[in-house]
Amino acid sequence: MNAADMIRFELDGREIDAAPGESILQAARRAGTDIPHLCYTDGLRADGNCRACVVEIDGERVLAPSCCRAPKPGMKAKAESERARASQRMVLELLRADVPAETEKADSELAHWCGELGVKESRFVRRENPAPDRSHPGIAVNLAACIQCTRCLRACREEQVNDVIGLARRGVDTMIVFDFNDPMGTSTCVGCGECVQACPTGALLPAALVDAPGVPVATPSRSRGVFADEPVTDESGALTATGTSTSRAGTASAASAALAPKSLSGEDASGSATGSIAPAREASSATRAIDSLCPYCGVGCQTTYHVAGEGEQAKIIHVVGRDGPANAGRLCVKGRYGFGYPRHSHRLTTPLIRKPGIPKSVDLDPSNPLAAFREASWEEALDAAAAGLARIKAAHGPHALAGFGSAKGSNEEAYLFQKLVRTGFGTHNVDHCTRLCHASSVAALLEGIGSGAVSNPVRDVEFADVIVVIGANPAANHPVAASFMKNAVERGAKLILMDPRETPLARHAHRFLQFRPDADVTLLLSLACVIIEEGLTDEAFIAARTEGFEAFRSAALAFPPERVEPITGIPAETAREVARLYAKGPNSMIFWGMGISQHIHGTDNSRCLIALALMTGQIGRRGTGLHPLRGQNNVQGASDAGLIPMMFPDYQRVSDPAIRAKFETLWDTPLSDKPGLTVVEIMDAALAGQIRGMYIEGENPAMSDPDLAHARAALGGLDHLVVQDLFLTETAMLADVILPASSLMEKTGSFTNTDRLVQLSQPVLPLPGDARPDWWIIQQMAQRLGLPWNYAGPAEIFDELRHAMPSYAGITWAQLERDSAVIAPKFTEDGPSYPVLFEQDFPTADGRARFVPVTPLPAAELPDADYPMVLTTGRVLEHWHTGSMTRRANVLDALEPQPWCSVHPDDLAAKGLGSGALVRLETRRGAITLEARADRAMQLGSIFMPFCYVEAAANLLTQPALDPFGKIPEFKYCAVKLTPETIIQT
Amino acid sequence: MANGMTNIVDQQGKGRAGQGERPDAVRDGSGGGRGGKAGKGGGERGRKREPLPESALAAAAAALAPDLDAGVTPRPDRLIEYLHRLQDAHGALFADHLAALAEALKFARAEVFEVATFYHHFDFVPTGAEAPPKLTVRVCDSLGCAMAGGAELAASLATRLGAEVRVQRVPCVGRCDSAPVAVVGQKPVLSADADKVAAIVASGEREEALPDAIRFDAYRATGGYALWEAVRSGERDADSIITALDGAGLRGLGGAGFPAARKWRTVAAQPAPRNMAVNIDEGEPGTFKDRHYLATDPHRFIEGMLIAARVVGIAGIWIYIRDEYAALRRLLAEELDRVRVEWPDLPPIELRRGAGAYVCGEESAMIESIEGKRGMPRLRPPYVAEVGLFGRPTLEHNLETLWWVRDIVERGGDWFASHGRNGRKGLRSFSVSGRVAKPGVVVTDAGITLRELIDEHCGGMLPGHELYGYFPGGASGGILPASLANVPLDFDTLAPYGCFIGSAAIVVFSQHDQARLLAENAMEFFAHESCGQCTPCRVGTAKAAGLMKAPEWDAGLLKELGRTMMDASICGLGQAAPNPMQSVLRFFPQEVGAAKEEGAA
Repeated sequence: MNAADMIRFELDGREIDAAPGESILQAARRAGTDIPHLCYTDGLRADGNCRACVVEIDGERVLAPSCCRAPKPGMKAKAESERARASQRMVLELLRADVPAETEKADSELAHWCGELGVKESRFVRRENPAPDRSHPGIAVNLAACIQCTRCLRACREEQVNDVIGLARRGVDTMIVFDFNDPMGTSTCVGCGECVQACPTGALLPAALVDAPGVPVATPSRSRGVFADEPVTDESGALTATGTSTSRAGTASAASAALAPKSLSGEDASGSATGSIAPAREASSATRAIDSLCPYCGVGCQTTYHVAGEGEQAKIIHVVGRDGPANAGRLCVKGRYGFGYPRHSHRLTTPLIRKPGIPKSVDLDPSNPLAAFREASWEEALDAAAAGLARIKAAHGPHALAGFGSAKGSNEEAYLFQKLVRTGFGTHNVDHCTRLCHASSVAALLEGIGSGAVSNPVRDVEFADVIVVIGANPAANHPVAASFMKNAVERGAKLILMDPRETPLARHAHRFLQFRPDADVTLLLSLACVIIEEGLTDEAFIAARTEGFEAFRSAALAFPPERVEPITGIPAETAREVARLYAKGPNSMIFWGMGISQHIHGTDNSRCLIALALMTGQIGRRGTGLHPLRGQNNVQGASDAGLIPMMFPDYQRVSDPAIRAKFETLWDTPLSDKPGLTVVEIMDAALAGQIRGMYIEGENPAMSDPDLAHARAALGGLDHLVVQDLFLTETAMLADVILPASSLMEKTGSFTNTDRLVQLSQPVLPLPGDARPDWWIIQQMAQRLGLPWNYAGPAEIFDELRHAMPSYAGITWAQLERDSAVIAPKFTEDGPSYPVLFEQDFPTADGRARFVPVTPLPAAELPDADYPMVLTTGRVLEHWHTGSMTRRANVLDALEPQPWCSVHPDDLAAKGLGSGALVRLETRRGAITLEARADRAMQLGSIFMPFCYVEAAANLLTQPALDPFGKIPEFKYCAVKLTPETIIQT
Repeated sequence: MANGMTNIVDQQGKGRAGQGERPDAVRDGSGGGRGGKAGKGGGERGRKREPLPESALAAAAAALAPDLDAGVTPRPDRLIEYLHRLQDAHGALFADHLAALAEALKFARAEVFEVATFYHHFDFVPTGAEAPPKLTVRVCDSLGCAMAGGAELAASLATRLGAEVRVQRVPCVGRCDSAPVAVVGQKPVLSADADKVAAIVASGEREEALPDAIRFDAYRATGGYALWEAVRSGERDADSIITALDGAGLRGLGGAGFPAARKWRTVAAQPAPRNMAVNIDEGEPGTFKDRHYLATDPHRFIEGMLIAARVVGIAGIWIYIRDEYAALRRLLAEELDRVRVEWPDLPPIELRRGAGAYVCGEESAMIESIEGKRGMPRLRPPYVAEVGLFGRPTLEHNLETLWWVRDIVERGGDWFASHGRNGRKGLRSFSVSGRVAKPGVVVTDAGITLRELIDEHCGGMLPGHELYGYFPGGASGGILPASLANVPLDFDTLAPYGCFIGSAAIVVFSQHDQARLLAENAMEFFAHESCGQCTPCRVGTAKAAGLMKAPEWDAGLLKELGRTMMDASICGLGQAAPNPMQSVLRFFPQEVGAAKEEGAA
């Protein structure tokens, strides 16, 4: 800050310098004077409604709210004059009158300020207060503690843009409402909990906190105004193995040591709790705060877990969003309330070996593994697990083995796992779920621009004028990313949503293109056609930085929107407008998800998106580029670290002899020259008896693969299957040996988010029972397969990883511990990070990007007379992936407890059905029964269902046809028949 | 009609409550899916809801249809208009209708609900709840009507009219010269009694006839719009107009008294496009002068408005008229249509209908309401002259201020300033009501005293009534005792007595009345009408009204509270709300068991 820019003014007779844009309140606080305030909190727009912060300004008739008033040079303001104090106190006393102290949370800001200003009993009669609303499983509402400050409303509407909370009625009846004053639990609330984090008094609280006996109702809220030293970061660093100055545990073995508590009481919360009229509730030392990461999607939210209890009793009470680069303090319902799964009763805590003679099936009860397995010691289980694989290798060769790593594990675990398969098994048959998510996107990106990573981070939407979201439902699957998109729209950016299904972002879209299922390539070509026809291409960019445009140009010109309108269902005029908007930007950004990738033409879809960016030069700058939204919390890192059959870590091709030689030197062992098989290919090979043994870490192909009957038969037919997981998943049910592993809450590791941001987790809970860190288990397996491994922990593994991966070479463990987050690629320790890629050139042989012409191809299975409708699968806000974690998180499962599918009401009516009817969905591969929800978001003839429900597994229906390039199955499209289901009551 | 507004609206900044410009407010068929119809649940969890019934989608579509028929793309800022259409068509706002409207406008449910429940003339009916009776009879119980037995009338009507009719006690309906007043549907019953009201209810008459106003042709025939033509053609230059206003000393007559010429100059100096907002939300209890002018000579106002728009360089005009003036709204709509035919190149003029909210008479609250939001006053700075309607610099005027423009310019500023007495200059329009023989609008000298006003213009006090005190500026201007009936009535002259003239609504009371009851009535009114935004007003008015019910007032606490309400409230409503209460403590302490104050008369 240039001192010359500072604005000098007088506060209570003292000269203070305000920075431009600062309010009186902010400047005063920086200068050490905390003016009372309630409706103001950092990070939300100042609203000036509570009037607790009023100050006297010389020359003004009435007092001014210091949170909303900018200082002017020479202004004389008084926050502590008798007149200002009288109003500050009166405001507090008026609010004090209405809010019963026993309804407030322990660190209530109202109580704090009443204490500070000596406001004791109120002289006014209390209002009539409403009854508590406990209809939401995660959030307790008690508007008796509400002071109508609208912080929750601003958090809901201006920050998260979920628009559920309103301020209704007026005068003394003014009240916070959800939707139409509905109970929160039945409103459209998406449970992000941002309102809870924003509430100063406890009118909104985590339900777990209200229900936990003996736990003080304290939620350090976001206001740094009240609690200058927010008790977020624990200070147990000295107790961690690495002994760094941060709070992170260096190794998983230090997990329990890292749990040394830092009390929430002491200087932080007690000040308010002991205010003279604050509740007598004592702020005990029962909770401590530990910084880590959210375990779910690729957004990569930083979190602070508040934990109570010691050892086996340790329990997460609630979660607060940390100010990370990707989430800025925000969380969604999964991050906020999905923390229960590590302590679910189904959690595996002992190694298990299949009992002899028990046939392999997925009919087991996950709460009772002992029906099919017996408990074993680690020695015995590891010996059995490794020996089975070694036997197969000896008898049938290394290529009879395969491994699935996990995009939920850390980079270190992914690196170790692929190294084990490549060096211990002796094959490249290693893959993971990215095959089922973005393999086609990555194939197209590598082919077109030489890199599979996103070009720009999500939060670049801040710099974008046009945001295209196609085949993605970020409001459900990347909710925090969606919140930044909605913020951008509020700022004035234009959102173009393209999807066959009307998803929640449609309400914020400038244009919503609800194209017909399977018409995606045609639609994208028609947009390209408009850009070319209307001369909107960036010829300079094309000439300087690309090749192959001519061929693409001719391919695209065959698809003018007027001609393809009957195919896409999009009016030509709309397609033209959207194409122009995207091309003209000035800055346009594309996001996509599985709606693009999970088709047999998924690679063609991505090729079109890449071509759109290249022909308009919408890449290589802030607010532009290509962003395939990554699903799992470490799908980027797991791919980077080499859980890909044709690539070594950092996308170095197995088939390249020079690369192979490099890794043979690094790993000191000869390596196969044969690229491995992908997920679905491995399943086919298993069914064909070519693959006989597998090691699966943290993946659930028996739920996530297409055509499950086929996948389950393949897994069940293996000679030997080792599964390492938290629960008895459907895959684990088919295992010979099960190794109880660690959840993110119990481990230290680095994770790479969708933005290429590398961040560290640290243990929040101790490992339960005999469960072990995944890296430790993999190392034990490696040792038993003859590898001389002896890593001390994640830090040492990461150090090897970065020497194998040029993109991570510049990132050190110490830097991760220090900075919380480091952007990859970072090639040297002293060099820069690259949030935006391809500014100068593309990482291809000649630095140029390549256009690849495409032609629309029909889906593998089109509707016909027998199966007349289209089935598409996807996810639901509250559940994650196959549901193995979220369905074991009580709040999330309470919010979405049952399988369902969405059908247009007219389609249901045609069968004589209404919303809530039980229906049977049948494809050529299987049939399931579930509830149908009438939903006008659907097109006629289409059915959508989430794949997280084991009771009605969507993938029993889906079909396994593969994209020829990405080898990704066509989850998003198959022919289906819907019939009414008659229930037979028993 | 409002086609031309689109451009202006599109340039609006972000609203305070995060309701800035909506992207592409209404789905325009750009999604070509086979599903066709609009209507999702309103959020991811909306899937769990039953889809909205066809009847709700149809109701919402019908509410938007008049806009579409007029070639106007439905816009979020017209939300209150759509709510009126639903309320008018169905007698209430049913939850599923609102949900369908929200979807059609790409609003969240909360965004519609919070607006609908802010305005007293909308009746929200939750799913499964019973709708209110088809007919509502509103009985005024503000100052003048209260003195004339409004509360008793309401009570007797409630029993007499039975369950088929809803009787509501409502704040001032702007006809204080004919107290007490009841409104059957939209038909006011003047000097009402239970028989009269029951007869109207039985007759089925629900609308007020158009007033006998000077219509376009008659106005034009007597020289009307000549000045406008001169300004329009450039014959009269802008400067001379502003100079005339300056010379007249014309001040804003809505109550705040800001010099009109200065306002025109300030707004004219702001970057274009500049908007104009006209305030006919006359809701201050005791005030009915704007109704009088509009009902008698509407074109004098319209001409003033057009001149102001021309001189200041206005891109679009919004006129906000209170819902209680239904016949005047029809009249104004007709006359505006006529004017548009005459001069097709006028800036777009949009007539907006209030929905029962006194606070919307506050200039920034009115702007919020025109933008389709809750009528919550904005914090200043910035001032509406700089950042006003749709984020643009805005010239906001009360009707009467514009009404005087033609006369002042034609006769010269000196003519206007030549009036006045007791050292004050200009003409004032006093709305006189209460215990006088001839209540009504009195146009006379600024600075006239109450005594002179009653004697010279109001036929003296009512028989049997002696002056005991009066409100010099409606409910918010405080109360003066009979002993101060010789104070000149004008801007600034009443400040020493803790009062102000505001909109010049004089409510006279007598020995048959109690100042404390009238003050309590005023405080109840403010509590009822507080927008609820800021603590001192939202909580303060309610607590004060409670305290004022005690036989002996807690003077110390009330004064402390009053000080904070005046000092720390966001807008004039909260800042002025303590005035009558403080006047009682100062001038009528014997009524509330308080000690006589120093400085009391």
